Amino acid sequence: MITARGLTQTFQSKAGREKTEVVAVDGVDLDVAEGEVVAFLGPNGAGKTTTLRILTTLLRPTAGTATVAGYDVATEAEQVRRSIGYVSQSGSTGSVTRAGEEVVDHGMLYGMSAADARARGRHLFEQLDLEGLWTRQPKAMSGGQRRRLDIVMGLIHEPTLVFLDEPTTGLDPQARANLWQHIADLRERRGATVFLTTHYLDEADALSDRIVIIDHGRIVASDTADNLKAAVAGDLVELEVASVEQVSTAAEKLAALVGEADGVEVDGHQVRGRVRQAGRAVPGLLRDLDRTGVELSSIEVRRPTLDDVFLDLTGRSLREG
Amino acid sequence: MTFLRESSIVFRRQIRMNLRNPAWVLIGLLQPVLYLFLFGPLLKPIAAQFDYPNAYTFFVPGLLVQLGIFGAFFAGFSLIGEWRDGVIEAERVTPASRTALLMGRLWRDVLQLFVQALILVGLGYLIGMEAPFWGAVLGIALTLLLGGACAASSNALALTTKSEDTMAPIINMVMMPVLLLSGILLPMTLGPQWLQKVANVMPTKHVVDAVRNSFLGDFTLSALGWGIAWTFILLAVSLWWGTATFRRENA
Repeated sequence: MITARGLTQTFQSKAGREKTEVVAVDGVDLDVAEGEVVAFLGPNGAGKTTTLRILTTLLRPTAGTATVAGYDVATEAEQVRRSIGYVSQSGSTGSVTRAGEEVVDHGMLYGMSAADARARGRHLFEQLDLEGLWTRQPKAMSGGQRRRLDIVMGLIHEPTLVFLDEPTTGLDPQARANLWQHIADLRERRGATVFLTTHYLDEADALSDRIVIIDHGRIVASDTADNLKAAVAGDLVELEVASVEQVSTAAEKLAALVGEADGVEVDGHQVRGRVRQAGRAVPGLLRDLDRTGVELSSIEVRRPTLDDVFLDLTGRSLREG
Repeated sequence: MTFLRESSIVFRRQIRMNLRNPAWVLIGLLQPVLYLFLFGPLLKPIAAQFDYPNAYTFFVPGLLVQLGIFGAFFAGFSLIGEWRDGVIEAERVTPASRTALLMGRLWRDVLQLFVQALILVGLGYLIGMEAPFWGAVLGIALTLLLGGACAASSNALALTTKSEDTMAPIINMVMMPVLLLSGILLPMTLGPQWLQKVANVMPTKHVVDAVRNSFLGDFTLSALGWGIAWTFILLAVSLWWGTATFRRENA
């Protein structure tokens, strides 16, 4: 559904008399198959929204090519727009209009008749828990309701490919969880292909078949969440040693599992390192430590998270980004 | 889908919002009406000097053009709000022609201006303006075209600046010389030669002259020619700027 090769977007930035070139998207290659749910994950300023705007024809790329739903974004923009639904992170409805009217007008801009747009809009309102809000002004809706209204706007013409830009940013946890369910339904009920951008790790993990990680305008990884995590060098094992004199012994034992002498980090009483398949290796480590008389206050084993994946790939935490 | 249908959908949405909030339509009319009732009487004693049958036949055409320019030039502020709400982006992602997205808004602005113009001219007749019917019709028509040009420019400026704080001083900077040099309040012939020469460079001065002459029933080419020409030039340039801005990828 989406194929991009060498997508590049540069912007001219002016500070005083000095002009600088900002490369927001730097040679992005992307493939999204029909029916996939792909999360485009990266910190703020990574190039996610810029890439999305290129794919939705809101921006013409500086270089590279992209086809969306079989149409070239540069030369067949109108056909692309007919085929896609787009839910922007900044919303899509006026504050003082009425929700139902916005939906009908939007559907009509896709060539639907008013009656068809109204019928489909009401059906979507039902499916997205917006019943009773047809005549409500968007400014009088909660954040979650307004976001679901934006999704109705994006789906009114029944697109087979939907772009969601940071769909749950600014929502409370309950509204986020609720919206996740609706996003999951997009593929389950409608068979839609979904391409969403997010900087939330849990969102990418929960919703997507595949995660594409972008940083500083470049794709750094593209795989399922499980494969990405498995590629990181193992589970994190953290030992808290009761006596500081025994820390070096504990570190030696852990280093034997980690497989590299400098793969173990010591911080006061804490000793930590990454161990492949820690679930199998840790019982042996505990027996070994017990035999040598090393007393532990606590032990923690943590599976890699997407933040660990990002850290491994880029050298910094996604949360810092 | 046709351009006409797309523009109509946008127009319908825009006019619906205006009808629900008529305060702004009335506020836009307030300034020229206040000028008419509070400043107009001051012109009565000196109307003879202008060679006009009465002060209101001189003054109403100027106020009409002022309404067309000033009212329409503030049209873009609502567009900034819509851009901020994500409405513009949502519309630009549909297959609708970008020119239609602009034209629907311009039709709204011109219709609003037409209603205001009818009220202003009607009030003018009520308080003693003397003007032939077709002269008033032509004057209103020129005002609507000029208003359309100003609205298109305003929308283009709004999408370019995307900030009320940036747009407002630019509009004020443009409006002040227009008001002072177009002969809206007083005829430029009262001023010194150098001022009249400067005023002749102002396109809107010729439009004001043409509207005034049409209200006097003078339909000769010399009376209307420059004003009509400048109206269409301003309209063409503004429409080009407006559509180019709406089509621009990162607008």
